[in-house]
Amino acid sequence: MTMISQTIQRRRVLPWLVAGPVLAACSAPGTGSSAQTRTPAAAGTLRSVAVVTQSSPSDAFWSVVKNGALAAGKQLGIRVDYYSAEDPNAQAKLIDNAVAQRVDGLVVSMAYPQPLGPSIRRAVAAGIPVVTTNSGEAESAGLGAIGHVGQSERPAAVAVGKRLRDAGKTKLLLVNHMAGQVSADNLASGAAEGFGNATTTVVVDINNPTDVQSRIKAALQADRSIDAVLSYNAQIAARSVAAAQEANSTAAIATFTLNTEVLDAIRAGKLLFAADPQQYEQGYLPIVLLQLYRSNLDTVGGGLPIQTGPSFVDKSNVDAIAQLVAQGTR
Amino acid sequence: MTVAAEASDSMPRPPKGRAPLVHRLIVCPETGAALGAAAVFVFFSVVTDKFLSPLGISTWLDAASPIGIMAIAVALLMIGGEFDLSAGVMTGSTALVTALLAVHVGWNVWSALLVSLMFALAVGALNGWLVVRTGLPSFIVTLGTFLALQGLNLGVTRLVTGTVQVSGIHNSGGYSSASAVFASTTGIGDARIQASTLWWIVLTIIAAVVLVRTRFGNWVLALGGSQVGARAVGVPVGRTKIILFMTTSAAGWVVGSCDILRFDSVQASQGVGSEFQYLIAAVVGGCLLSGGFGSVVGAAIGALTFGMAQQGIVFARWNSDWFMLFLGILLLSAVLVNTEFSKRAERARR
Repeated sequence: MTMISQTIQRRRVLPWLVAGPVLAACSAPGTGSSAQTRTPAAAGTLRSVAVVTQSSPSDAFWSVVKNGALAAGKQLGIRVDYYSAEDPNAQAKLIDNAVAQRVDGLVVSMAYPQPLGPSIRRAVAAGIPVVTTNSGEAESAGLGAIGHVGQSERPAAVAVGKRLRDAGKTKLLLVNHMAGQVSADNLASGAAEGFGNATTTVVVDINNPTDVQSRIKAALQADRSIDAVLSYNAQIAARSVAAAQEANSTAAIATFTLNTEVLDAIRAGKLLFAADPQQYEQGYLPIVLLQLYRSNLDTVGGGLPIQTGPSFVDKSNVDAIAQLVAQGTR
Repeated sequence: MTVAAEASDSMPRPPKGRAPLVHRLIVCPETGAALGAAAVFVFFSVVTDKFLSPLGISTWLDAASPIGIMAIAVALLMIGGEFDLSAGVMTGSTALVTALLAVHVGWNVWSALLVSLMFALAVGALNGWLVVRTGLPSFIVTLGTFLALQGLNLGVTRLVTGTVQVSGIHNSGGYSSASAVFASTTGIGDARIQASTLWWIVLTIIAAVVLVRTRFGNWVLALGGSQVGARAVGVPVGRTKIILFMTTSAAGWVVGSCDILRFDSVQASQGVGSEFQYLIAAVVGGCLLSGGFGSVVGAAIGALTFGMAQQGIVFARWNSDWFMLFLGILLLSAVLVNTEFSKRAERARR
């Protein structure tokens, strides 16, 4: 799911390639015994994987994806290098680079399948198995990827909308921090479909917390009939809670993705629920998929995306999840 | 005739009681900005029903405050003929330094705040020193700082926390007194006034007095008018510039401190992109991009205009797809009203 992916889309600064070299150091091949036991005599061995995502460098969501990929690499004894670039052309070059390095497997998130397509085809042509993750599920198989891991945006948003409707809500405010992106549209239309009642939207700037909070506050003041607020990411959710409080609104707040503030708010009964895409799996599972393919020619899903979410976090399970968020895996 | 005298002349001097009121108003650089702000204010007061409510007013004052605190410092720097593109990211950097020290090192919030202020002043001094020493345009120097700080914010945050945000400062010692200073709210009827709004008002008054009534203020105006001329009449050019850059980063520290204590968490990308809002506020407030002319109060009014426009659009419940277009048109109109007035002011002065 791309929704949380490009939080800073308005800034077109240089592509940030810093993460790669730094993390390469942390992900040297492990020497665990598992490496031997898991390697059948079949096709080959997976030694190195490059993960190339569309994440902005300071995105909490992708930080968890990265942790998942690196953990899988460590546990399976595979060298995993993580690279990211917000700009699709820069991302395409990172893929070309990985192909030139002759990695054994490639994981790509495809927020923009068109500019990435040629590079992915070249990787496939060079005999490198590709798994797409997070976004680009529709194009994945067509480009020759062996599988896709992610949370399909629309159905997830439909489920969230339904849950809000079932809670008896009649008017929904969508807080959009990524105006102009396809995923924002998918989430909005999905949520509206599931909700089935009136929805309205407010646009916010995620790098400015005061702006986020006061715009949500203004929207709640301007329309007193709003009784539910849905944000697309956890940072915004915490601001939504505060905004509702300041606007003297009793609207129920719901969100996609988790962080500690969201968990605290759920515990305190100020936030109804969070739909967790479990993005740790979006980093972890592709490595496993590649391993299975390399060693056993297994594929998973048969061209259909493997769904990582939504998993709902509410008052009933918040305490268990909180520990996992603290360690950066949820 | 000296350049310094000429430049200080372009600021409204306290009236000697001879010029008629209308003339005095027209030569004020703030008048145009105030008219723009009034237009935006009236517009949204009429178009929406909640804009003028106490709750509504506190909402747009809240939004305008951080922009305002930065805009007055940015305006001083701009009047002195320089830019600071690192001003936005500085609000994030200082908040991160405070949060990391308080949450991860376990310091008292006040000590953490002190160190982050030192950090801000050091970066400001470095900006100023580089500009003075190398003679490079401040645009380039501070673009470098902007990028460097962005990387530092992310790198250090991830290194220390394993994620990209720092939260939980409310558990640190000294939090309650610090948040009383930087993040408390004062209820006036239905309205809730944030501490940042009070900071904004107080700092605006201080900066305005410094610019109009002190020797330092004269130096700033002289500097922006003509650096060579200013140096010729004995203005300590280097020192003045360095102080101006330090002022801007100190303002970044104020905003960063208000943010971290209020929101309890800071993300590594916070503040990125906001530098343009500060520049816009200063320009709407009558500062010339070329330096040597402008006013602190004007910049504060510019920030107010920006905040009102931003929130007014939400109050009006216009389709959010058009948000940026509305904002752009509103700001352009405000600037046009403003420049029309300063042209008249120029004519009136002759």
